[in-house]
Amino acid sequence: MSPELVAWLTLFGHFLLLSLLSVGGAITVAPEMHRVMVTRLGLLTDPQFNASIAIAQAAPGPNVLFVAVMGYQAAGLKGVAATMLGIMLPSTTLAFAAARWGHARQHWRGVQAFKAGMAPITIALLLVTGWILAVDVPGVAHFAVTALAAMLVWRTRIHMLWMIVAGAAVGMLGWVS
Amino acid sequence: MTNTEARPNPASSLDLFVTFTWLALQGFGGVLAVSQRVLCEDKRWLTKEQFVEILALAQILPGPNVCNIALTVGDRFHGWRGAFAALAGMLAVPLLVVLALAALYVEFAGNRFVAGALRGMGAVAAGLIVGTGLKLAPALRKNPMGATACALFGAVTFVLVALLRLPMVWVLLGLGAIAVSFAWFRIREGQSGEALAGDDGP
Repeated sequence: MSPELVAWLTLFGHFLLLSLLSVGGAITVAPEMHRVMVTRLGLLTDPQFNASIAIAQAAPGPNVLFVAVMGYQAAGLKGVAATMLGIMLPSTTLAFAAARWGHARQHWRGVQAFKAGMAPITIALLLVTGWILAVDVPGVAHFAVTALAAMLVWRTRIHMLWMIVAGAAVGMLGWVS
Repeated sequence: MTNTEARPNPASSLDLFVTFTWLALQGFGGVLAVSQRVLCEDKRWLTKEQFVEILALAQILPGPNVCNIALTVGDRFHGWRGAFAALAGMLAVPLLVVLALAALYVEFAGNRFVAGALRGMGAVAAGLIVGTGLKLAPALRKNPMGATACALFGAVTFVLVALLRLPMVWVLLGLGAIAVSFAWFRIREGQSGEALAGDDGP
């Protein structure tokens, strides 16, 4: 096997494994990705790794796409295939099977207990996610923008894109720093 | 809105693909908030309760939550083809967009207006998630554990993860196991159908 193929397979294999560990989203295993891609395989530099996460956050779409940007910077479209297929295949297969299993048994007491018991935790975790995103960036203005957006989503039907555009505009004026 | 009112279904796998593409492209800084709005309010394919149930499973399993939601919703309405269509919608076009942005990034990375705009968008995105959580809270009204227990489990989750910063996985598994056990005892054998009659409520 060519060294290139070995690197590709190593990358793919690691991401297959990381997929099964990514409870809470792919970002939770980012430190491990850093270890593999930057430290061990030397496929990415530190700035490239950080830029991948920043780019995906600026783009629309699921946050998991930062993985595609990493793959692209490491090895072009072949890299995208290795990282994206690796991170998606195991978790997707598992989620598909679990959702079907649960839905076919929705009258089971255990399945209903799962739904009922997890519901408040699920909703609280949304508040947690927003809270952490809001308070980890210093600044009163940043927090105020978050609070205002939360109120508007909760209480109005204003289109979310307008809120994002407004946030970008306010930020561009330098008011969110 | 009444319990008996029929909800619309996605017409086809193509409908799922287009809907998920469009909602993914609106999701800056995360797709969860816009997913809830499109699926529950614009398309009305799911009730709040159904969305929370699907999200609960998506959160506890590995993988991106919104991709797990797309799969489940697609499968629910149009089988494995629907699941594939919804997931493809969530990923395909946004993937092209993000790769195009990656090409532009080098040029704009140092621009202070771009950096400011991203900060502002990030602040809004955080608010969208919080607002979505607040909006879904009424789904707990029909919870068989009762309002007090729900509030307690929610509050403990917030304290453990947001304030004490314990790893989310352990809270999901540990507190989750306690909550599910508690719910198990509150759901008596006979009335187990009740919790399923999910709808928007009064």
